[in-house]
Amino acid sequence: MPGTNEGVAEGSNTEPSASLYQTVSQFGYSAAGTALATPQRGPRRPRWLSVLLGALLPIALVVAWQVISASGLVPAYRLPTPISVWQAAIDLAQRGLLFTDIGISTQRVLLGFAFGAIAGLIVGSVIGLSRWASLVLSPTLGGFRAVPSLAWVPLLILYLGINEDSKVILITIGAFFPVFTTLYLGLRHVDRNLVEAARAFGLNGIRLLTTVQLPAVVPALFSGLRLALAQSWLFLVAAELIASSMGLGFLLIDSQNNGRVDRMLLTIVLLALLGKTTDALLGLAERWLGKRWR
Amino acid sequence: MSTSIAPARSSVPALAVSLRGVSRSFAAETRGERPKLVLRDIDLEIAPGEIVSLIGPSGSGKSTLLRQVSGLDAPDTGDIRIDGTPLLGIDQRSAIAFQEPRLLPWRTIERNVELGLPRGTARAAGRSRVSELLRLVQLSDAGRLRPRQVSGGMAQRASLARALARGPGVLVLDEPFGALDALTRLTMQDLLLDIHAAEPATILIVTHDVDEAIYLSDRVVLLGEDPNAADGSGSTIRRIISVPGARPRDRADATLALLRAELLDGLGVSSHHHKPAPLQTTVRFDTF
Repeated sequence: MPGTNEGVAEGSNTEPSASLYQTVSQFGYSAAGTALATPQRGPRRPRWLSVLLGALLPIALVVAWQVISASGLVPAYRLPTPISVWQAAIDLAQRGLLFTDIGISTQRVLLGFAFGAIAGLIVGSVIGLSRWASLVLSPTLGGFRAVPSLAWVPLLILYLGINEDSKVILITIGAFFPVFTTLYLGLRHVDRNLVEAARAFGLNGIRLLTTVQLPAVVPALFSGLRLALAQSWLFLVAAELIASSMGLGFLLIDSQNNGRVDRMLLTIVLLALLGKTTDALLGLAERWLGKRWR
Repeated sequence: MSTSIAPARSSVPALAVSLRGVSRSFAAETRGERPKLVLRDIDLEIAPGEIVSLIGPSGSGKSTLLRQVSGLDAPDTGDIRIDGTPLLGIDQRSAIAFQEPRLLPWRTIERNVELGLPRGTARAAGRSRVSELLRLVQLSDAGRLRPRQVSGGMAQRASLARALARGPGVLVLDEPFGALDALTRLTMQDLLLDIHAAEPATILIVTHDVDEAIYLSDRVVLLGEDPNAADGSGSTIRRIISVPGARPRDRADATLALLRAELLDGLGVSSHHHKPAPLQTTVRFDTF
């Protein structure tokens, strides 16, 4: 039969597992093979090359930093050398402070992110799928979303005191809204034609949700989760800067008070590393889920 | 459960479809207006294994009627029976394919076809059924591809295979080849006839294409509003035309060409078919 092989894109196993354009396009879904082609890729680069390319800029930055501070262009009390920052890290580690601070901060972020994401997932699913829930709840949630999350800090501290609860709850608030918003918008825009077709083949309720609706929003959901994770780190530092006795935010404010610029730079580097690592873990989870679910 | 699927050829025998007094209206878009009557008093008896085409101008309720038969929508009045039992919502005995393939983009072709299997099908039986269907629609090599990696015609064949997966007694097709290019459409029509021979089901097909209707069907049903009735009186069956001859039909048959002209007339399209009628010439002289 003519046309049997036409349009077959090459390299079927090199396609990205999930990408944003799969989420909500009204056109991309149903008209298979027309609007959206597999992204054209050049020959595959070896893994070491992409690692090297990605590492070029950070290495250059550290070298520039070393040159500037060692040459005395900027005095050392304003810009300590990378090596003294490294020594500050070792010093803190030997005192047993570094890993306590990293540990407690990571714990707060993970707890707050988990609570916020789960709440966002549930509320987002309900509002995204039920017109009634949306009519009743959307305006209120929109109002709460409009409150800058940091505005809750004084109230949280007053009600809950300066402790873990108030910090974790602040992070929960910060993580909730990105997940909720992306999920419910994503569910709203799942191609109706696909849902109808699935219904015509006898799918409904939970099976429809897990077969069509949730897989359709997986990419949107993960961009929401990644935003939520970034928000979580943001609110962590905010919470710790305001009131804490441990954690990376505390280390920042404490070092500022003591004029320890090396420790401040260390904290910033640590936050970058931790943020990037957790985000990468989420990326791995997305790929894993993409393979299983889809 | 698996016994209903294996051995390989497992279709439910083709089933009769009967529509009696089917009407459907939709709520008006603007408030205060009366509901819009789309279909009125449709009576149609379709024999098991028959292929019936629905044609009619745009907005004549062809697709609406099809949705009633597939159980995606329910008539306001009248009843629809498959094999004598009333249709209540989505029914295992019928299956539908749409104008667009509507495949899940994140699933392979194979896994998309799998979606059409009756619930509770055993894994092994399901897999052999899917590969058999892919062979039937000539997609054996494309089972592992994603919908966006295949052509429109291939995606549409996958959608047909999905509809066939449950071995439906009634196959409902909503302009299945409407979005395909002219050549692919012709090969797909032949493929549909092959499928019909291999897995005989009663087929109800909506099409815009008069040639397609004539080539494929035993009977062509022309839907439309009665020109003498008031506006908004709803579409009814204007004519039912039995297509002579056995399939596969000669696409260039002269009798079929006459039938074609007749159907186009019924659709309100001039076929530019010159009948040696004296009336036409006088009209022409009058207008000059």
